[in-house]
Amino acid sequence: MKMESFETDLKKLEDIVKRLEGGEVKLSDSIKLFEEGIKLTSSLSKALDEAQSKITVLTEGKDE
Amino acid sequence: MNPITVSEINAYVKAYLDGNSILSNLFVRGEVSNFKRHSSGHCYFSLKDDSSVIKAVMFKYSAMSLSFEPENGMKVIVNARLSSYERDGIYQLYVNEMQPDGIGSLHIKFEQLKARLEKEGIFDPALKKPIPGFPKKIGIVTSPTGAALKDILNIITRRYPPAEIIVYPAQVQGEGAYKTIVNGLSYFGENKVDTVIIGRGGGSAEDLWCFNEEEVARAIYRCPIPVISAVGHETDYTISDLAADLRAPTPSAAAELAVPSAEELKKYLKGSEERLSAGIISNLYKHRQSFEGLRASRIFRLPSQLTEAKTLELASLTDKLVSRFEKNISAYREKFERLCASLDALSPLKILKRGYAFVENEEADIIDSVKKISENSILSLNFSDGKAICKVTELKGE
Repeated sequence: MKMESFETDLKKLEDIVKRLEGGEVKLSDSIKLFEEGIKLTSSLSKALDEAQSKITVLTEGKDE
Repeated sequence: MNPITVSEINAYVKAYLDGNSILSNLFVRGEVSNFKRHSSGHCYFSLKDDSSVIKAVMFKYSAMSLSFEPENGMKVIVNARLSSYERDGIYQLYVNEMQPDGIGSLHIKFEQLKARLEKEGIFDPALKKPIPGFPKKIGIVTSPTGAALKDILNIITRRYPPAEIIVYPAQVQGEGAYKTIVNGLSYFGENKVDTVIIGRGGGSAEDLWCFNEEEVARAIYRCPIPVISAVGHETDYTISDLAADLRAPTPSAAAELAVPSAEELKKYLKGSEERLSAGIISNLYKHRQSFEGLRASRIFRLPSQLTEAKTLELASLTDKLVSRFEKNISAYREKFERLCASLDALSPLKILKRGYAFVENEEADIIDSVKKISENSILSLNFSDGKAICKVTELKGE
């Protein structure tokens, strides 16, 4: 999973949770939402677990 | 000769001095001597240099805001107005603010620059850019060897591992240091990062000075990327802090402000999962409830009730129809019987039974006149119980 979509997916998850908690969802939709929500939580957790900080120190500034 | 009084000349001099705009706002450098803090809270002292001395007074309301305790021999810069004390006929400095010299001169420079940039709108809160919640790339402009960088890297890598960090090594103190900070800011402005942190750890006012340079403030102002400024300790305020989109009290705090906490995110995700489960369960329950509610409704419980009324109605209609039909039938029957009776009464057989007979010729035509027959005709006399064939022997008219 790309980090670019992390924030988007996080928002999506939030929406899904809110909709499902709201209760005004059709039965078939609610099951779809639940599945999608669970997928998102696991992919987001995975993204957090697998991410490794990358640190670059530039050399350009040094000569100044 | 037209002599004036002492009071008059003293009042004139006071008015003359007070009317002078230069003397009403002075920055004066000198050494403190004869410093006395009166029990009233007012401070009385002199300022001197190698060859001259001037009296000075600092009233209680100004003295209260002193950030240090003035001592004799201390080199200071004061902000004051010059006026005279009429009663004694002396002129003196009325001091608003006092700063130790050295730092003091920088302080003045700081205040003046701050006022100028503020007027220009460089610090306008409306222009502050929001700090991204989930930065992919973070640019850091600081000393590559400083403790500040270590603190920042520690916190970001621990808190939010997905972030990519790019460090632009800059000088953060000394002559020309500000140029490297400006270069760092323009580098990250062009090399799309999501957030820039500039700063350094604590130090003397002179050490931190490069973050008070006008060029740094302008570079921050120009930078299209949100900038977090974290210079020195919590109590150090710099021009850079004011120009930045967000001021962090320390470099560590800047790191915390720049990235979310992965741990908190995971907690949030865990919580989301629980909320999802609870949500789906309550949803299913709700749907089941409404299904059960429907199933338990009267109609499904006693389906016969739905047709009962109709059945009754149908039965009563049938009854009505049958009775109506029967009534009609008997009426017809009666009429039929009546007709039969009348018919019977009219029957020619009945007439024949009373002694009459009717006559037919051989062609079975009814003969109702003597003129229709001739002698020797064969006629049939019909009775109720049979017929007699006769031969006409004689005809008689009336």
